[in-house]
Amino acid sequence: MSSEMIAEYEVSHGKAKAFYERYERKDELQHQTHFCPGCGHGQTHKMLAKAIDELGIQNRTILVGPVGCGVFTYYYYDVGNISAAHGRATAVATGVKRSRPESIVIDYQGDGDLAAIGSAEILHAANRGEHITVIFVNNAIYSMTGGQLAPTTLLGQKTATSPEGRNAANEGYPLHVCELLATLEAPVYIERVGLGDNKQIMQAARAIKRAVENQVRGLGFSLIEVLSPCPTLFKMTPVEAQRWVRDVMEKTFPLGVFRDRTKEAQPRALPEAAPALDRIPQILGVANEDLPEGNPAVHDETAADLDLAVRVAGFGGQGVLLLGEVLAEAGLDAGLEVSWLPSYGPEMRSGTSNCHVRLATRVIDSPMVTNPDVLVAMNEPALRKFVKSVHAGGWILYNGEEFPADCEQPGVQVLACPFTEIADALGNARAGNMLMLGALLEMTGVLRDVNIDAALKRLVKNPRWTELNRRAIERGRELMRESRL
Amino acid sequence: MRKQLMKGNEAIVRSAILAGCRAFYGYPITPASEIAEAAALYMPRAGGVFLQAESEVAAINMIYGAAGAGVRSMTASSGPGISLMQEGISYMAGAELPCVIADITRGGPGLGNIAAEQGDYHQVVKGGGHGNYRTIVLAPHSVQEMADLTALAFELADRYRNPVFVLADGFIGQMMEPVEFSQTAVEPRTPDYAVTGTKETRGNLIGSLHLDIDEMEAHQGRMEAKYRHAEEHETRAEEWRTADAEIVLTGYGIMGRILKAVAAEARADGLKIGVLRPITLFPFPKLHFQRLAKSARVFVVVEMSNGQMLEDVRLALNGARPVEFLSRVGGNVPSHGEVLEFVRKLARQSLPALHLEEECVANV
Amino acid sequence: MAYVEKQDRGQLRVDVEECKGCGLCVEACPPKVIALGERLNHYGYRTAAYKGTGCTGCGICFMACPEPGAITVMRIVNRARSVEQCMVGASECASN
Repeated sequence: MSSEMIAEYEVSHGKAKAFYERYERKDELQHQTHFCPGCGHGQTHKMLAKAIDELGIQNRTILVGPVGCGVFTYYYYDVGNISAAHGRATAVATGVKRSRPESIVIDYQGDGDLAAIGSAEILHAANRGEHITVIFVNNAIYSMTGGQLAPTTLLGQKTATSPEGRNAANEGYPLHVCELLATLEAPVYIERVGLGDNKQIMQAARAIKRAVENQVRGLGFSLIEVLSPCPTLFKMTPVEAQRWVRDVMEKTFPLGVFRDRTKEAQPRALPEAAPALDRIPQILGVANEDLPEGNPAVHDETAADLDLAVRVAGFGGQGVLLLGEVLAEAGLDAGLEVSWLPSYGPEMRSGTSNCHVRLATRVIDSPMVTNPDVLVAMNEPALRKFVKSVHAGGWILYNGEEFPADCEQPGVQVLACPFTEIADALGNARAGNMLMLGALLEMTGVLRDVNIDAALKRLVKNPRWTELNRRAIERGRELMRESRL
Repeated sequence: MRKQLMKGNEAIVRSAILAGCRAFYGYPITPASEIAEAAALYMPRAGGVFLQAESEVAAINMIYGAAGAGVRSMTASSGPGISLMQEGISYMAGAELPCVIADITRGGPGLGNIAAEQGDYHQVVKGGGHGNYRTIVLAPHSVQEMADLTALAFELADRYRNPVFVLADGFIGQMMEPVEFSQTAVEPRTPDYAVTGTKETRGNLIGSLHLDIDEMEAHQGRMEAKYRHAEEHETRAEEWRTADAEIVLTGYGIMGRILKAVAAEARADGLKIGVLRPITLFPFPKLHFQRLAKSARVFVVVEMSNGQMLEDVRLALNGARPVEFLSRVGGNVPSHGEVLEFVRKLARQSLPALHLEEECVANV
Repeated sequence: MAYVEKQDRGQLRVDVEECKGCGLCVEACPPKVIALGERLNHYGYRTAAYKGTGCTGCGICFMACPEPGAITVMRIVNRARSVEQCMVGASECASN
């Protein structure tokens, strides 16, 4: 600037400080953007940079850039920059903002990026009301890849992949992002602006600033859709392209505010301070002082070389998994090596359910019980499914009055009792599993009541079951003892 | 330290938070959902972030954002979800961002089923996304290792600025075993490359775009050097009675445990048999195989997949020793009895004479 | 010196290295005081140029221009400066 001018004139509109002085990250032409002459991205970039300057947030801003013609945001903006995969900028911005809530996260995307490949991400980010600002540049065409159909391409508009013009019967209709997002509860501010003439440009600058300011105020999700010219692919002069935005594009995409809850929206509360580091083990329930010591002293010496493999099977809801868990938990309490492996997935919800339990004095090699010492079969289908797996010398505890004759195995002992009915008589049919557990404990003799009590205390929180479970286990032990008489 | 009974999937989350992880983004899938459930409970209590994303595609990109912002972060899924994450994993490797991904595998391809299978080996160990990159892969075989290797995974992810997998099957994820945890929590630290929204980090850039071909090649060269360094320094395997073994059984995850049970029984029969269990699948423990090739006569690969790790074993041995293969898929597991029968049959055949083909092994 | 004559409310400066000659500023300028020059710049663009008088300092051209720093608009700070003030200004300039 000449010295004469300093004296009398001052800069009212100049390059924003949020831009780098030179674009060092570019290989060449470091004083120019990479945009074609007359491209709307440039104007949008300037409006955003101006907003960052005016709001004084350069040191807090993280700009998430897209894939498309806007990919090089990081060449230009002297803020924190993250370059996202195509369509994923809102997801990336979500990850940034949630971990750095004090930062101002701005997500810059084009129409292909946001409205096609990233349509799920933008919809859900908006629906969650992510505290981010989205600048959505809609130029009705895929520019970087050379002019293919965009979700926002106008009906009849010719592109490289709609050579006869967009046909609603084939490609559907132009996607109205603002209208779509305005059906959601969470967004605070949604406006569509244009770059079609001076008046539109001035409004676009105001809207962009407002969308950023909303975030500074902690208000929530704001999105500005900018109808933008692409002279190169519209095959027009920059001025013609600008007028096309105003005279043609705006007919499909009316300008205006689609959501404004900035007055009633409450600023977001700051996240609570993280707990002290030394409290983390306690929070996770893994602090030594919070864990039971166990009752290993009562462990039976005669079981020194114990290696018990149990398969529990039945219908979901019979307490199959819990029976196994109590066994494993009690084993741990007794200082044994244990493993518990469930069947899982839909089986948990209905139909059959089973689990593998091992208790051993030595390290357990495989948690899978293919040939159990004891099969706890809580119904006939379970019995039939696993009966052949029990090895000679093993046991089957069967929940039924009569053991099916065709299921008898040589060398396998059986205790068949209507455990569920007995449990029902005791107070609740659901305690049938505890009866079977009692029988199993009596038969194997590996665990003491103190271990079982400790396990039940940890696993069954509702006290109304405590007494019933205790009685059921005792009754199960009796049934086993009676069967031996 | 005291032990408690816990599912592998739940142990992962506790260990992750103790290791300084403060962001979890995920999407439910059997048999990995307990990881997200535990993270939903504990992550906010520890001052971290949990969010159930709209898809695995979104989840991994949220991780990209969190890691870019300098936060130790993780996600978890199973085969179909990991397939969807591959794009993001490639971007993270390219942008040199750390993260931990737990893959609790199930049956595939396609919707497959939810039973435990090991069919994700290729997509995880070989890098299922585009471009020249690798992920470090740790394969636990117990709930304790789920905890320990998750902690290690965060260290390795930061050390190599690269995604690290914890690859476990549905069994390891779903089963409960006694486990003990570190009693000291790692303090979350912000790495200096992170973009955190401060004046100091304004100059930082997270991205993977290198338009200049020489710059792209140089970048890949640096990544490749990292992977070579990892191969030299991070390879882990467990050997069980391999010193005099003529037959070496090899398998990872749940298979490693079954193989030990088999080997114990075969030893009782008088067979000289041992187990080599890879703990890191990338880097693959090639040297362990090459060293054992000097003394063992035959290697037996047992997988719950169709010969995926088998390829790495063959590459490592490079023809030095015969490699036998036993596999069950679809959710079936090569049982103790099946493997034992396979091994006994193999032992009855005359094993190839043991000529110490030093040159062959050395050339591997 | 400009202040001696009847002063324009605004001034504008075009960075010919940055301008791509798109002409949006020419179209946008309300008093129509910008034109594309006859000469090509280093990159082959006919760049925008201020006609020299008539700028109101409104800044529309700046907003219409896609390049971050191709156009700089200045506004007069104080039209009603006394001669003394002007002279002070001039002496300050001279001392620079």
